[in-house]
Amino acid sequence: MEPVVHLRAAVALLGRFPALAGIDLDVARREIVLLRGPNGAGKTTLLRALAGLVPVVRGEAVVLGCDLRRDARSVRPRVGLLGHGTGLFDDLTVVDNVRFWGRASRADAGDVAAALALVGLDGHLRDIAVGRLSAGQRRRTSLACLLARRPELWLLDEPHAGLDHETRDQLDELVRRAVQQGATVVLASHELDRAESLAHRTVELVGGMTAHPDQPGFVRGDGRPSDQSREQNASAGEVTHVA
Amino acid sequence: MWRDAVLVAGRDLRVERRSRVATNQVAPFSLLVLVLFAFALDPDRQLLERVASGLFWAAVLFSALLAIARSAAIDEADGVRDALRLSGLEPGGVFVGKAAAVAVVLLALEVLLGVGVVVLYGVDPAGAGLLALTCVAATLALAATGTLYGALVSGLRVRETLLPLLLLPTLAPVLVGATRAFEAALAGVPADGWPWVGLLSAFAVAYLIAGALAYGSLLEGS
Repeated sequence: MEPVVHLRAAVALLGRFPALAGIDLDVARREIVLLRGPNGAGKTTLLRALAGLVPVVRGEAVVLGCDLRRDARSVRPRVGLLGHGTGLFDDLTVVDNVRFWGRASRADAGDVAAALALVGLDGHLRDIAVGRLSAGQRRRTSLACLLARRPELWLLDEPHAGLDHETRDQLDELVRRAVQQGATVVLASHELDRAESLAHRTVELVGGMTAHPDQPGFVRGDGRPSDQSREQNASAGEVTHVA
Repeated sequence: MWRDAVLVAGRDLRVERRSRVATNQVAPFSLLVLVLFAFALDPDRQLLERVASGLFWAAVLFSALLAIARSAAIDEADGVRDALRLSGLEPGGVFVGKAAAVAVVLLALEVLLGVGVVVLYGVDPAGAGLLALTCVAATLALAATGTLYGALVSGLRVRETLLPLLLLPTLAPVLVGATRAFEAALAGVPADGWPWVGLLSAFAVAYLIAGALAYGSLLEGS
């Protein structure tokens, strides 16, 4: 079966600078992959590249059958990114926000109601302006927006940040349920215990590259570097990484 | 595209209704401008009547700057630009929707300012058809141009100061055309005003098309 994510020696730019170099990654359908690495390793940039928001300029990069180098825009409506920004309008209520982003992705009223119920925002909170919510409640609203869109590929950047223990459990359960229903998940997190228990596999990022097998922390999987990326890694001194 | 435009226009108007920026800040500001002009020119009532058209459109233009900046700020909220790019919304539809929402706010302000001009400046409104069509054409031109430039400066650190600097010279033809058309209507010679309405309409259509085509690139670049 064709992988949902297929990267080989992929190079992505932030502005004019290469932020990712020599990325090899394969993610199968219904798989949960954890990206691990220190600050600045390129986890956020890789998630944004997979969403088609950061241009991939070299190597192979295919997500959900779309070639990111040729037409990154076509993959965007099919992925859901829970990033550092909430993507919410403070003056609108929870339900208005979820309804807007849901309708933008052709979701119907049933999808919106179901998303709100899944994150526990279908009670009195649904009619509260987002600007008056706590950070955790805002995060849950962002998650509801993502759920309403029913994406095929979930890209979660520090998904547990700002959530209480109970909500983290709920999030993990939602991720597992989405995977059972056919979704694929790539997440980046510093909360390794929780994230590793959720993920099927871990891929290490070091300095904007997938790590060598002989580097510490590397977990072998389909993210194994190719010969081409090893050559790039060997000359990595010239690569400036930004994340 | 039209479905997306309706969706975005509805969102922007809902944000305006909830935040009440237009009613609590922009509308009082525009009325204040009219009142200040009235104080400045009060000794010469005839002069006030004569320049009422220009003062009306100058007040609309200043208010439009606030409304346009506010409209652009909606999509600069935390992570909204990325969410827009991921949403699958047609960029041309987003542009048309945002311009339509700004136009609705401006038309409401123009009604308010129109009443203000009649009360404060003693203007006798005549040529209602020409006045109304001038308002529609000029408002579309203001909204389309403003929305396009709002996206152009979006993400820049100096956007608040750069936007009026770019926008005011660009909108000078709209100010001139709308003022001339109003003067013709109020003077009872509507035939002199229609060519100006034509100019305003051409300006509005040109910027609506340019904006719908360019908005996707601006969204990617900012």
